[in-house]
Amino acid sequence: MNDLPAIPDHGLSWLEASGDHADIVLSTRVRLARNLQGHAFGPRARVNDRESVLRKFRECAAKAEFLQGGTLLEMPSLTPRSRKILLERRLVTRDLLGDPQSGPVRGAAVHVSGSAPVSVMVNEEDHIRAQSLLSGLRIEQAWRLVDRLDEELGRELPFAYHHEFGFLTSCPTNVGSGLRASVFMHLPGLVLTKEIAKVLQGLGQVGLTFRGLYGEGSEVVGNFFQVSNQTTLGKTEEDLVDHLDKMVRQVIQYEMHARQVLLRDAQGVTEDKIWRAYGLLRYARTLSFEEFMNLLSGVRLGLSLKLLPGLRVYTLNKMMIFTQPAHLEEAAGRDLSSAESDAHRAAYVRRVLAAEGEVSRGDRPSDEGPPSDRF
Amino acid sequence: MSDIVCDNCGSTEAVVHLTQIVNNQMSTHRLCEKCAAEKGLESTPEPANFPLTDFLAQMGKDPAVDADPASTQCPFCGLTFRDFRETGRLGCPQCYETYAPHLQRLLRRVHGGTQHVGKVYLPPDPSASELERRLDALRRKLNRAVESEDFERAAELRDEIRSLEPA
Repeated sequence: MNDLPAIPDHGLSWLEASGDHADIVLSTRVRLARNLQGHAFGPRARVNDRESVLRKFRECAAKAEFLQGGTLLEMPSLTPRSRKILLERRLVTRDLLGDPQSGPVRGAAVHVSGSAPVSVMVNEEDHIRAQSLLSGLRIEQAWRLVDRLDEELGRELPFAYHHEFGFLTSCPTNVGSGLRASVFMHLPGLVLTKEIAKVLQGLGQVGLTFRGLYGEGSEVVGNFFQVSNQTTLGKTEEDLVDHLDKMVRQVIQYEMHARQVLLRDAQGVTEDKIWRAYGLLRYARTLSFEEFMNLLSGVRLGLSLKLLPGLRVYTLNKMMIFTQPAHLEEAAGRDLSSAESDAHRAAYVRRVLAAEGEVSRGDRPSDEGPPSDRF
Repeated sequence: MSDIVCDNCGSTEAVVHLTQIVNNQMSTHRLCEKCAAEKGLESTPEPANFPLTDFLAQMGKDPAVDADPASTQCPFCGLTFRDFRETGRLGCPQCYETYAPHLQRLLRRVHGGTQHVGKVYLPPDPSASELERRLDALRRKLNRAVESEDFERAAELRDEIRSLEPA
């Protein structure tokens, strides 16, 4: 990758499909929003504010044990494609990439740690957005990691903190703990049994919210949902994290139940959908990202129901990342038109599935479990 | 040609299913390619509406807020309350003092309260009172950890308290 050489494990360890319920929960993220005293927040910050924030962060990162062996990437000096790759790997937000025309602002940067699955965005909406991103359902662990990182940062950086309101943030919806924990889930069972609206509504009633693939305002594709806490003030970090964990486990139970219902009441149709999805992915000559995601959803369900033995969750996770536009362009070594991108996507998917080997014929649902080497 | 009708223009070529989540309510719209493009679905999605926006809009009609001179400005960053109402973003840490009464009402509405009870932060060069506040909070956390028999966490907290306590 031309100018992203130094990212340890390429920031992709969260794809490894380890952690609890990895077939349903892709990843867990916990982020903390922090700002520095004496500087205007992101949207009102001037160039010298942002440069000063970045300078202070750089000094701090050199000392912080947790950020050793990492790399600091300044957004303006990256190519547009590299920036998009970071976005597609979920290491940065759209906000950090700035306006599509004018590009990122001076001082916008991301630091990816070399020793832990943590990263820090600098000069986003808030000066500091520290996050940990783990595979599977590991909310508590993700919180502990980002908490340790925060302790290290806070020892060097003078955070804006108020005795009543807690950690001060640009948007009052983040103030207090500045903590947003989110779990990225695949819920096809609930969608197919039409129970999803009820479940999502229920989440709203217990202070949780959900979003699509790329966070706030993004579309739900391929039955993937990000469930996260809605409020950040008035509860301890441990309570926020614990509450989300409990509720997500409940949603997993609902999802597993819905899948059993599908198998019990509509086995033929379900199997047909899954095999058609597999067949299209295996042989299609062009695939839009949305179509790909919807087919992937079917295959992922099949794998989880043990109807498609021989595939690994890790392979499916990896495909999700490497079929995104900037990743396809990087692999092709040039810009791609939308039609070319669809063709490259289909070719990539065919290649990966072929390498994974033929899955068994599945004339009957197989009794075999998934392969033991899931990663 | 699909037989699904576009919700926007009524053409029978709806190809895009738009699922929107506004205030935790999910709604699905079917749109034809043209209408979808007009709604900007090809590019960056619009940020979803969220409770803050509604609240800020309501605040605009609130006489208590209108009585407040629109010319009030944050002395540090110059943000006016109108700016905040329009963007939903505060300008700097000082804004939280400047607009404290408004924010208290807003925070109660959005978060159900105004008092932070999570991590207690100690700046790099803490004053004695800041140190004491931090130690108090850590001791409370230690008690909770012991009560819930999370001894690993309790040991960590104990070490942290020891490292902060004046010798």
